[in-house]
Amino acid sequence: MSQDILNRVKKVTVEELGVKEEEVVEAASFTEDLGADSLDVVELVMAFEDEFGIDIPDEEVGEIKTVGDAVNYISKKLG
Amino acid sequence: MSERPVPSGRVVITGMGAVTPLATGVDNFWPKLLAGENGVARVTLLDPSEFSTQIAAEVKDFNAEDWLDKKEARRVDRFIAFAVASATMALKDSGIELTDELRDHFGVCIGSGIGGLTLMGEQHRRQVEHGPGKVTPFLVPYMIPDMASGFTSIVHDLRGPNTCTVTACSTGANAIGDAYHIIKRGDAVAMLAGGTEAPINEIGLAAFSAARAMSTRNHEPHLASRPFDLDRDGFVIAEGSAVLVMEDYAHAIARGAKIYGEVVGYGMSGDAYHITQPRPDAGGAIRAMQMAFDRAGIKPEQIGYINAHGTSTYYNDKLETMAIKHVFGDYAYKVPISSIKSMIGHTLGASGAIAALVCLLAMRDGKLPPTINLGNPDPECDLDYIPNVYREAQAEYSMLNSFGFGGHNVTLILKRTADA
Repeated sequence: MSQDILNRVKKVTVEELGVKEEEVVEAASFTEDLGADSLDVVELVMAFEDEFGIDIPDEEVGEIKTVGDAVNYISKKLG
Repeated sequence: MSERPVPSGRVVITGMGAVTPLATGVDNFWPKLLAGENGVARVTLLDPSEFSTQIAAEVKDFNAEDWLDKKEARRVDRFIAFAVASATMALKDSGIELTDELRDHFGVCIGSGIGGLTLMGEQHRRQVEHGPGKVTPFLVPYMIPDMASGFTSIVHDLRGPNTCTVTACSTGANAIGDAYHIIKRGDAVAMLAGGTEAPINEIGLAAFSAARAMSTRNHEPHLASRPFDLDRDGFVIAEGSAVLVMEDYAHAIARGAKIYGEVVGYGMSGDAYHITQPRPDAGGAIRAMQMAFDRAGIKPEQIGYINAHGTSTYYNDKLETMAIKHVFGDYAYKVPISSIKSMIGHTLGASGAIAALVCLLAMRDGKLPPTINLGNPDPECDLDYIPNVYREAQAEYSMLNSFGFGGHNVTLILKRTADA
């Protein structure tokens, strides 16, 4: 898992969800652990798209449940 | 839901909060207003170089993170942050204890004339530049004008009637009047009521410039807002908010609340004439004032202070003066009148609420704020507008006018104390 991608996912998550950096661990679920509601998730996905210059289609958003999922998904996309 | 309380039929104001171009917080704002300080300057919220109007009265000392959590502070439109700040200050000032039972009967009615125009502009740009998939999911909730009330109710867990008014520049006065009726008829024990506006952004400045209603005295911002003065050339756009805690009289007395005053008259009418211009015979303004006096059961001679709509536009100042003369007769020449827009500009949907707050402070302290920049009075505006320097005078009743695009006319009459 790329450390650079993890760090950038953490930064965006802290900014978008207003959570503490130490809470943003790989196992943390955006909705269960980090308090994101459905609108927060849409906003967060858009922020990942902007940060990494990628497109995340709506039908693939469901794959991204945890911080680790996001890192894996983005790594694959940038592959 | 707990049992419906029995209303006393009287409504008092027991708390106040404000965010204004002179200061945030009533105690910071009021001395500056009495001193005739000026909040108008070159626009800093955007680069105004390309605009015909480059001046405004901006709120300078406001940080949304002081009032909202970091995530919300970053996302909400400024008009919502202003409303929450004023509401929070008003609740604290009231000293009211929010029990679980009271929360069911505590409502919110905070209006905005426009809503989240800054967010709308930013997101429209994103849509044009990056496509429809890049528009934030928060655009709708944080743009709609009713979210000032909705968001405030969530922050403070107030579960009574939740509504708002959207009547352009009379929004704030309508909100207070409507909240008065909600409490009076027993649908709430208390309400947070007022107005909020944050119109200083690219599209807002462009749109009001296009309407040719704003001053273009860009080289002398401090002289630009000059109600009733012959050298005026339009209003100065401004931002801010004011929120009052309004409460059933018996409830306020029972808890030993500090009482600023009582709402005793609420009048309103429609011009049915033109989308932006006031009716040339001032008939709408006259009928709003007459209705307020009729409901209050007092005579114009009992009014000790008028807070005028006084926008610093030719038509408003002339026609409001004409309307006051019609309703007040000879006493029109004796009653002290002022326009605080000379100092804080025109806060649009917030202006009527700030005016109500100022009337209550004026009666509390026996001090009437001035109309500054009034050195060369328009011959058609020949009443006592408290020129340039505040005045010591004890008003028992105050009246305020608030008029809006669409031909909305609103008059509120406030009484100094709630003594029987």
